[in-house]
Amino acid sequence: METLEQIKARLEAALPQAKIEILANECAAGERSLLVDAASAFAVAKFLRDDAQLCLDYCSNVTGIDWPDKELTEKIKVKQVVDGVEKEVEEVKKSLRPGFLEAVYHLYSMELKHGPVVLRMRTVNRTDQTHLPSLTPLWRGAEFQEREVYDLYGVIFDGHPDLRRILMWDGFKGFPMRKDYVAPDDFEYEPTPHDEVLEQAKKHYSTEVKA
Amino acid sequence: MIEAGLKNELQKQGVYVTTLEDLYNWGRANSVWPLTFGLACCAIEMMAASMARFDLARFGAEVFRPSPRQADLMIVAGTVTKKMAPLVVRLYNQMPEPKYVIAMGACAISGGPFKQGYNVLKGIDRYLPVDVMIPGCPPRPEALIHAIMTLQEKILNQKLTGPDRPRHLNADVPGEFPVPAYGEHDLEPPNNPEVWQPPAIKR
Ligand code: SF4
Repeated sequence: METLEQIKARLEAALPQAKIEILANECAAGERSLLVDAASAFAVAKFLRDDAQLCLDYCSNVTGIDWPDKELTEKIKVKQVVDGVEKEVEEVKKSLRPGFLEAVYHLYSMELKHGPVVLRMRTVNRTDQTHLPSLTPLWRGAEFQEREVYDLYGVIFDGHPDLRRILMWDGFKGFPMRKDYVAPDDFEYEPTPHDEVLEQAKKHYSTEVKA
Repeated sequence: MIEAGLKNELQKQGVYVTTLEDLYNWGRANSVWPLTFGLACCAIEMMAASMARFDLARFGAEVFRPSPRQADLMIVAGTVTKKMAPLVVRLYNQMPEPKYVIAMGACAISGGPFKQGYNVLKGIDRYLPVDVMIPGCPPRPEALIHAIMTLQEKILNQKLTGPDRPRHLNADVPGEFPVPAYGEHDLEPPNNPEVWQPPAIKR
């Protein structure tokens, strides 16, 4: 199979409006991925599927990732004049990276027996602009998995034929796989509480027992 | 009625007498037909128990019925999610009396490894009267067989008359249990207080 750089170059030639980035991966597997902007994601995915050299006809997995707001700290060197002498001083710059949701697709080719190519798309934020294009029209097998990403993370897939909750029931509130989801306190009793459960249990001990 | 002592004495002399109660319980204890359904990994062990190597047929419990109308025993084998719990209770309600419940595995007893999760019921005993609980994750097929034998013992010792006669002979006790509804995060009610209440733990 071509390298990601070659794929990216061909994609950019075929779809000049698409914004494509190669994301590095620091973990041991080092699986890099293609990040595409939501607007051109459908066209990019269609290209990956229909291109004769790639022919990625099989979407093996769709999953979601929640990236909450994160404070990034960066150390930069600045030149400063201290006591009349110019010196390099390290300064810590803090910036806030707003959170977003991500959908990840793993694509393989059954025809040419290669893969995977990992495709990622990101929403604008985690609250009101959580739309992404659905790739179910391209890979039929993505249907349930996109429903799962919607159910657990709250990504809304435009163009999905039947976007409903799949694991939780219809009246459920919230998206339980988001990092900031807090399940309501349903503590009943615990014979041997420890760690977080102990903290939770303490709130429920009656006052006489505590003393 | 016949006294146990006299019965033993007669049996030694080669005269076999029995009571209607014994005959009735003996028949029921040896034809406990379970309902075919599995909820998670424990169900695999349940299947193994019914296959040739462990052979649940030796205990008259191999006839897994595909319809609750024909089943006597509900083996809750596996994780009961909050989404699944109302359906399990409804299936139980559809079973005719007399009916029994075996909670198989850590999940069915207490939520098991998923107890602190957002979508797992902390034990089917919150909604149904459980007769036998089998600990383990998963319990071995032998453990399920032991549970069936325990249940058989329980059936054999049931009195057909008197205040502690079983539910199916007592018209005042309900055979159906309220089916919980889906709430915004949990089931409503989160347990059936008539069946289960949190034990008071003193600290
Ligand atoms: S108790 Fe263990 S084996 Fe049984 S359903 Fe739960 S996790 Fe699976």
